[in-house]
Amino acid sequence: MDADLFTSMLFATVVAGTPLIITALGLLVSEKAGVLNLGAEGMMAMGAVAAFAATHHSGAPLLGVLAGMGAGMAMALLFGVLTLTLMANQVAAGLALAIFGVGLAAFVGKPYEAIALQAVPPIRIPFIADLPLVGEALYNQQALVYFSWALFWAVLWFLHRSRAGLVLRAVGESPASAHAIGYPVIRIRYLAVLFGGAMAGIGGAFLSVFYTPMWAEGMVAGRGWIALALVVFATWRPLRVVVGAYLFGGVMITQLFIQGSGLQIDFPSQLLSSLPYWATIVVLVAISRNAGAIRLNSPMSLGKPYRPDA
Amino acid sequence: MSDRTPPPAASGAPPRLQLEGIGKVYPGVVANEGIDLAVRPGEIRAILGENGAGKSTLMKIIYGVTRPSAGRILWEGQAVQVENPAHARSLGIGMVFQHFSLFETLSVAENVALALPGRPALDELSRRIAEVSERYGLPVDPRRRIHALSVGERQRVEIIRCLLQHPRLLILDEPTSVLTPQAVRKLFGTLRQLSAEGCSILYISHKLDEIQALCHTATVLRGGRVSGECIPARETAQSMASLMIGRALPHCEHTAARADGELRLRLAGLSHASDDPFGTDLQDIHLDLHAGEVVGIAGVSGNGQQALLRAISGEDTLAEKFPVQICGVEAGRLGPAQRRRLGLCFVPEERLGRGVVPDLSLADNALLTAAYSQAMVAAGFLRAGRAHRFARRCIEAFGVKCGGSGALAGSLSGGNLQKFIIGREILQAPKVFVCAQPTWGVDVGAAAFIRQSIIDLRDRGCAVLVVSEEVDELFEICDRIAVIAKGRLSPARPAAGATVEEIGVWMSGMWPGAEPATHVEAANA
Repeated sequence: MDADLFTSMLFATVVAGTPLIITALGLLVSEKAGVLNLGAEGMMAMGAVAAFAATHHSGAPLLGVLAGMGAGMAMALLFGVLTLTLMANQVAAGLALAIFGVGLAAFVGKPYEAIALQAVPPIRIPFIADLPLVGEALYNQQALVYFSWALFWAVLWFLHRSRAGLVLRAVGESPASAHAIGYPVIRIRYLAVLFGGAMAGIGGAFLSVFYTPMWAEGMVAGRGWIALALVVFATWRPLRVVVGAYLFGGVMITQLFIQGSGLQIDFPSQLLSSLPYWATIVVLVAISRNAGAIRLNSPMSLGKPYRPDA
Repeated sequence: MSDRTPPPAASGAPPRLQLEGIGKVYPGVVANEGIDLAVRPGEIRAILGENGAGKSTLMKIIYGVTRPSAGRILWEGQAVQVENPAHARSLGIGMVFQHFSLFETLSVAENVALALPGRPALDELSRRIAEVSERYGLPVDPRRRIHALSVGERQRVEIIRCLLQHPRLLILDEPTSVLTPQAVRKLFGTLRQLSAEGCSILYISHKLDEIQALCHTATVLRGGRVSGECIPARETAQSMASLMIGRALPHCEHTAARADGELRLRLAGLSHASDDPFGTDLQDIHLDLHAGEVVGIAGVSGNGQQALLRAISGEDTLAEKFPVQICGVEAGRLGPAQRRRLGLCFVPEERLGRGVVPDLSLADNALLTAAYSQAMVAAGFLRAGRAHRFARRCIEAFGVKCGGSGALAGSLSGGNLQKFIIGREILQAPKVFVCAQPTWGVDVGAAAFIRQSIIDLRDRGCAVLVVSEEVDELFEICDRIAVIAKGRLSPARPAAGATVEEIGVWMSGMWPGAEPATHVEAANA
């Protein structure tokens, strides 16, 4: 493989992994608080369409990202009201949110189909972008790629080094105990769910404004579900989420290159297209088989509603 | 005891805490009604009552976990609404819970940090934890995660967590059930010191001798109301018990064991390394248990009791067959169900989750351990009628208060659930009966009943092994007592000739014939 091909594949891998990282890290935080929001696909779709519309009308991608974030949070708030205030079943409410979000996004986005946005220029980091092989791929990227890296460190620090993160983990582990020592369980869970929604919205915005600057129905293409799976198979550990997301991106790009290269291989293209999905899951399952580690990292109250006994 | 401090004299100062006509109604249940209570600064007041008497609800109201439906609370003379536990802590109220409020996947230091105001750095906090645990004789490693701790160690963490907050009113819910006699004295010393410094203490317990040794005053609850107040030093255990349960204290009949029983359970050099990096490894454990005797294993929790029980029950299987022999069969590699078929019945320490499944009915729970011994399964099909009949037999024979064999196990109170579990195992007529903490958190009436049932089981020719952290209990029911310390088991000695003091010394690993190296390890660890 020549150097240019390697660089462009690495570039594409990073781009493909970024929306997954942002969305999955948001979901990870909300799951660590004990809330399972299966509506990621819907939140991403709403984020994508809101970001596209805002960018199209204002011409400012930053406003688009903010709009996407807002749309994701609005969806998350809806989920929060259903599951945290009205105590609805989280799995059912999440599935409904996913279907509702995808459908609503398609409806809202109808007028924007077949419009293309101007591509947003990447931000080049001086000096290190001149590194051979990896420089162009890693340091001449979209702003949201850098954001995803910052988010990773922020989430890692928040969960394991900050008091707020400790409280969040405590709430996810045993809401009854957290309530007994005086933490506002429902409020903390709302904040965690809203953060998850905001990140899913930004993940969606990345797709419609930066990745492919256009809106098409179904463009999220299951990435919300993959992000959910990543969190579980990464056993709620941020580093493994990032590894999994790039693995998914890498396999996705590789199979696209193979399909596009005109190589005559006797392999159904449908199977090739499914490769990133199952390869990611197989690898993550293989590296996280340790039952003890799962027990230590999984939030024990995940998906269980909690009603403070007043 | 002679070092008892006299109750502080009544003065003009308002009580630290005063309750007036407190009531709490849950849907369908009146938990508390018209409760008046006052605690003065420096007073140690016992709250005495059986399970279900409303003690825990009352404490939750004081600590702000639940709101009272009637009455008012005065804190240092001012009427207050305790909004939540954080508010209670800011007033200066600390509480050690009976059902622990700890987070399993977090470390000891993190658990303590969660309950402290401000943002203590974990390293600094670990140092303070070590200090307090040293000073009050509550050894615990701040780096360990809670899920790897035994119940007794968890309680230590709860106590330390409270002491770090310098409370002005400390509520302790059955704090001594897991301490050695020496440690209880040490804790009492601490509590008296706190009381002398002006801290008020509400001490919930059903152990009458402890209340007499420690408390200045006592309030007795029965059926959610105050049934009496007294000064424990002027009462007898019998008179307090009758205030508490409305009748005289039942007593165990314990006759000498038959000496000629056949060998039923043999541990022949049982060693087992723990999966948990901080767990206790079992080292070369030898024990012979005969038909018709009760052998007790004493020890401070966290010394390998859990590992030993799991190795005997079959929850942890061993690499070799010979170290565990049940009725002459080498069973080291058999699983729990196979060992049950050899005649072993087992009552674990945790009732919910391990003893019973909370979300299943009592009949379904009966099915879980008695399916084969009671022929509740035929050709792969469940025979629900038999399961219900067996569950009803347990309920009747052991006086379990519940809504029938269809009641969910999780709906029973702790004492009733324990009676059901013990009944379920005993009625299977085991050859070997292994029981952990038979009366943990069970009120006096039920505890006496459970102990008597165990002795009766022995008299029917069963071999009984009881693991308990309550030394008094072991002396009451056992024929021989051994001590486990640092994963090693002492020889079993006849209970008749032993004293509580002696067993207490053994609990620190120093029994005659213990390897000298063990002493050093025990001292350093």
